[in-house]
Amino acid sequence: MADTMQFDLVSPERSLASVPVREVRLPGTDGDLSAMPGHAATIVTLRPGMVILVGADGSQSEFAVTGGFAEINADSVSLLAERGHPREEVTQDVFNDMMRDAHREHRNAQERRDHAGEEFVTAAVKMLGDMQAIGTHIGLDPNQSTVPD
Amino acid sequence: MPSLKDLKNRIGSVKNTRKITKAMQMVAAAKLRRAQDAAEAARPYADRMAAVMAGLTANAADQAGAPRLLAGTGDDRRHLLVVMTAERGLAGGFNSSIVKLARQHAERLRGEGKEVAILTVGKKGREQLKREYGNLFVHHVDLSEVKRIGYENARQITDELLSRFDGGDFDVATIFYNRFESVISQVPTAKRVIPAEAPAEAPAANSLYDYEPGEEALLAELLPRSVATQIFAALLENAASEQGARMSAMDNATRNAGDMIDRLTTEYNRTRQAAITKELIEIISGAEAL
Repeated sequence: MADTMQFDLVSPERSLASVPVREVRLPGTDGDLSAMPGHAATIVTLRPGMVILVGADGSQSEFAVTGGFAEINADSVSLLAERGHPREEVTQDVFNDMMRDAHREHRNAQERRDHAGEEFVTAAVKMLGDMQAIGTHIGLDPNQSTVPD
Repeated sequence: MPSLKDLKNRIGSVKNTRKITKAMQMVAAAKLRRAQDAAEAARPYADRMAAVMAGLTANAADQAGAPRLLAGTGDDRRHLLVVMTAERGLAGGFNSSIVKLARQHAERLRGEGKEVAILTVGKKGREQLKREYGNLFVHHVDLSEVKRIGYENARQITDELLSRFDGGDFDVATIFYNRFESVISQVPTAKRVIPAEAPAEAPAANSLYDYEPGEEALLAELLPRSVATQIFAALLENAASEQGARMSAMDNATRNAGDMIDRLTTEYNRTRQAAITKELIEIISGAEAL
């Protein structure tokens, strides 16, 4: 069996990464998971978090994604994310922007509470928490972003 | 018969017009390139999304309790037409061809006794539809401040659509845009986005996937994104089509101006020669009379 698999990270606007990897660690909605060559074909939704790639030589690189989903096959992983940034590129400004989106979504959820149900709000709160965890992981302050009005 | 001076002025003004249309053509060509690149870059995401959705919807469509975005509201009485046009004119038939298709659609639906509402994206379509259907407008999305179409724009339109759908404003939503075929050919297209169109044939291989979380939760999560992706793709196609249409319209205009300049120049030269001949005749007949 091949010891690497193809990893693609695509956003709606462009392709962000396309590299061979030995292992991908994904932040699944129901819990983290690792995909390695020969993985069973799976489609999994993601929560906001860090995607960790382990290259053929064992080197690691990280991407911050704001949710989306991944299609895992025996020889490839395709990650479709609305936003994705290499860890080095996530500055406080970029992170503030991501937090602002999360806050906005959270507020929308609260406004639609009656219509969409309590689960919807719970999901938004969870998403906000995950987003804050990304900041803590990278060492950025999640409280700098202003809540939009 | 126009005087020599009039002709000269006219030639000058047509030459100026040709300069402008030529410049517009070149600007459109540069923008077209960029628009095509953007459309190209967005394709991998859209393709994968479509493939995954095809697998999911094929399994879920017939089941009871399928999400409303997929199964519909069980009614198709109220239609929302999303007419996506440009913010600017001078692009040949670009805007009118979309409007024409939307109008045919609206007439047919009204003939069948259905309710029609219109959501416009882009100023030009709104202007053209205003007189006839002004009372059907429910919302307008202004993209005049947008330099480069981004996914964010598509998401805003989608949010608007989804909140209206959740609010029970309509049963079926159709988007109208120009599909980019080539610089000289753009095809006005109507596409139903809500409820999602079932794929023509279900790819058998997709049933092998494990879904995590369950199929239904995944579908609920992906359907809104799929709508946004389709709208984004339509916006990009539209942007490329607009530049393509403008490019060929301006190319035509430049060529027409060239023809007109040739014609006017011939006329100018004839008039000039006629004047010289006339003066010579006058001199000669004057001399003979002495």
